[in-house]
Amino acid sequence: MTIRRGRGVAAVNYPTGMNLGGDPSQALVHSTPTGNFMVTLSSVDLGQGLKQVMAQICAETIGVKTEQVIIDTADTDTGPHCMGTFASRGTHRIGNAVIQAAREARQVMLEVAAEALEVDAGDLDTDGDGNIHVKGAPQKSISIFDTALMAHFKLGRSISGRGMFLVPRSYPEVETGAMKPSTCYAHACTVAEVDVDDETGEVTVISMKNVFEIGRALNPKMVEQQLVGGSWMGISHALYETTEPYYPKRDHAGTDFNEYLMPGPGDIAPTEIIVLERPAEDGPYGAKGPGEMCANPQIPALANAIFDAVGVRIDMMPITPERILRALREKQAA
Amino acid sequence: MKLAKSYFADQRTDDLKELGQGLPRSDVPGHVTGKTTYFADRTFPGMLYLKMVRSPHHHARIRSVDLSDAEKHPGVHRILTHKDIPHNLYTILILIQVGPEDEHVLAEDKVRWKGEAVVAVLADSERAANEAAAKVKVDYEVLPDVLDIDSALAPGAPIVNEHHGQNYYMYDSGQSRKVRYGDVEKGFAEADHILEQTYYSSPIEQAPMETTGCIVTPDGNDRFTCYTNTQAMFFTLDNTSIILQMPGHKLHMVGGTVGGGFGGKVDVTVEPIAILAAKLTGRPVSFIYGRYEEMQISSPRAAEKIVLKDGVMKDGRIVARQVWGYTDAGAYSRHSPYGAQKGAAHYPGPYTIPNVWVDTWCVYTNRTPSSAMRGFGVTIADFALEVQMDKLARLIGMDPLEFRFINAYRDGDMKAHRQPTTGAALIECMQEASRVANWPIAEKYLEMSSYKEV
Amino acid sequence: MAKVPVQFTLNGEEKADFVDGGATLLKVLREKVGDTSAKAGCQQGTCGSCSVIIDGELRLSCLTLAETCGGAEIHTTGGLATDGVLHPLQRAFMDEFAAQCGFCTPGMIMAAKVLLDRNPNPSHEDVVEALSGNVCRCTGYEPIIRAVLTAARSNSQNAA
Repeated sequence: MTIRRGRGVAAVNYPTGMNLGGDPSQALVHSTPTGNFMVTLSSVDLGQGLKQVMAQICAETIGVKTEQVIIDTADTDTGPHCMGTFASRGTHRIGNAVIQAAREARQVMLEVAAEALEVDAGDLDTDGDGNIHVKGAPQKSISIFDTALMAHFKLGRSISGRGMFLVPRSYPEVETGAMKPSTCYAHACTVAEVDVDDETGEVTVISMKNVFEIGRALNPKMVEQQLVGGSWMGISHALYETTEPYYPKRDHAGTDFNEYLMPGPGDIAPTEIIVLERPAEDGPYGAKGPGEMCANPQIPALANAIFDAVGVRIDMMPITPERILRALREKQAA
Repeated sequence: MKLAKSYFADQRTDDLKELGQGLPRSDVPGHVTGKTTYFADRTFPGMLYLKMVRSPHHHARIRSVDLSDAEKHPGVHRILTHKDIPHNLYTILILIQVGPEDEHVLAEDKVRWKGEAVVAVLADSERAANEAAAKVKVDYEVLPDVLDIDSALAPGAPIVNEHHGQNYYMYDSGQSRKVRYGDVEKGFAEADHILEQTYYSSPIEQAPMETTGCIVTPDGNDRFTCYTNTQAMFFTLDNTSIILQMPGHKLHMVGGTVGGGFGGKVDVTVEPIAILAAKLTGRPVSFIYGRYEEMQISSPRAAEKIVLKDGVMKDGRIVARQVWGYTDAGAYSRHSPYGAQKGAAHYPGPYTIPNVWVDTWCVYTNRTPSSAMRGFGVTIADFALEVQMDKLARLIGMDPLEFRFINAYRDGDMKAHRQPTTGAALIECMQEASRVANWPIAEKYLEMSSYKEV
Repeated sequence: MAKVPVQFTLNGEEKADFVDGGATLLKVLREKVGDTSAKAGCQQGTCGSCSVIIDGELRLSCLTLAETCGGAEIHTTGGLATDGVLHPLQRAFMDEFAAQCGFCTPGMIMAAKVLLDRNPNPSHEDVVEALSGNVCRCTGYEPIIRAVLTAARSNSQNAA
């Protein structure tokens, strides 16, 4: 029995969004009488933190603190249409809609403040801390609290905005396949290092070094959540997961978490994550979609590392100890 | 996690206030105290539980269904069959004119996969619903099945789905989505080496911790509120409207707080039947998949077969790439025609190759219908592409990482589906990977950039 | 169906009800008592989302019959914060970004609490062992393990 070490690399890109009959999402923003902001959506937070990132995008755009923004989603009676949460589209598509709605609301807010301060709205700016002031003259200011009160009770103005982001449908050209299936692309390169036991076929992931380029990291802690969890899922896909271990045969199909294999807390690989930020021209504050791409490069990187270690190619996912062992036996016999 | 700020610094202005900050998530206090409300954290008086009677066969004709014993079971309120569904034949993407309608909400004359829904039992407890479901007698005539891509496409194979008429999806471009760029035959003729390899994957389960489901309450005014964990509120609402022939204004979907999705909650499988059940009984209805249903009934990531044929020069340039991609859609389309098409646009990967030829197929088999999962149309393609890249590098005796630099796409390069590359960053990711992993590469590759000198 | 009387304390409060024979504690907590912090992830004892503490022991409430809980002291994540002050584990799960979708989180916290109650200074391996019956699909476990270790450290600092 020998433990053999190997390493492999893989590099990938990933499209943001999808091309299903056009790719629209809407957002509505309005202020409360005391200058808090509601963002109304029908978008779904699957756990990735959509509500939090939308609150930060709205706050950045209007010029208030994130905690002053409430996200109201997803109720089809109140929330305007969203295509859905898939295809790495959430941050990008919905974020762009929120920016547009928040800009419109900000403009009304500045117009109300301009009336109060008897200046031109174009001369005003927010300090990000609850106040609106004349550019270059911070002492001449009004709070957003007072601005909202004035809009509601004195001027009769609705501090609100509508946002819509649409990527129009692209019909693939029949002969050539020319099409615009998505917008900006995220990127990744992963180097995996493994030990393979040539007697049991067992693979131990020694290290997983991931470099991801995701546009702007709008909330780096939430980006980290996605990337760490995604890297784990990539390893899981490569080495463990399938509902049909002997596809196309239907036997041994897993029906619970005892039979459906995934790495547990005792199996996690030492993982390193480095993030590059090349802002996307069409992204909300430059963001791209990181949610799906992050689980892809580990799979081929591991396959290549296993070959580097023991000299057999497993061209079928998942790369189980059984498949490695059978391949090693075949190689020995040849 | 480390942010490598030195890359692309000229393209960023670091003047953001609320963004770029790792602010705490506003929803997490609810998570850690168990106060976050997921759809199933609601109980309504008089709630009925829906359980499906499912096909035990991969492919069978239904001779008869006998509900008499099940209907007599204590606690049973109603049993729904296909006759109760106003528009029983549906397909999800009909909303965007991608047909044909090919799937029954409840089976009529045939079942086409092991697990297909036949009859829905409504009872006042889960236990009674399960017990009654076991008493439904369905008489099947078992038919020959096809369980994999190759046998589905073999001449004379049994037809899986008559609504398609053949065992593959018919695109406007024919039996596959096609990408044609340059001249692959010319490329292969010039190449120093040609490598053709086949890659496979098995179905994968999304496995969110919260299983697919919904709870429906009749509002009393002929409207219905559906608490759901769908990934797409209006996809669900609009498809329900079609299936139940019910105007959209009678439907009210509430969701948005979901215990994981990963693509597994994009199909519309629980809401229409649960809303119909609430309408027909006047009672709240709960239809939640058990873990077994989540694993074996809910659409998995498709099994795929991918054939890659590459022509490569001794100096490392790939001059031609030909791809045959096959997605095992199972018995019905769901999102698979789109997934296969997304794959077509993804090839040849993040590389600039002058001659590319792609055919991606959406193939029908008598398996659990597959559908979206994290990386839909791309994950398995990347596995195949990047293992192939490793093989090509070794074939010409080149370092696998350096080999990728030679072929990496850069700003302005034309992709095979005729979109110019913008915002490329593959080269910089690989440069950083070589540093962090201590993988030495020649200086000239460290000096490369995704920006193209004008 | 025959109803069975059952009485227990939940997070220190007396609860009494008639439950269906064969009803699980998970179902009774969620649908009769109104504490939905324990989640139904599989209802077959393989995911840990329904974990609760019964008389100091970590238990899967989906495999525990409610009628066997007479006189028991039951604790759930729903009752872990006292007077609105979070338990160090809850605080640490927040600080370490250890929750994404949050569905496994209450069960994870229960498993971690039983560990820390017995072993205030656990090693990395102890934490892994304690969490090994709880499945998470989002996080890759790393932040969860870190959160438990952080909570243990903050506990021992408070004690010192």
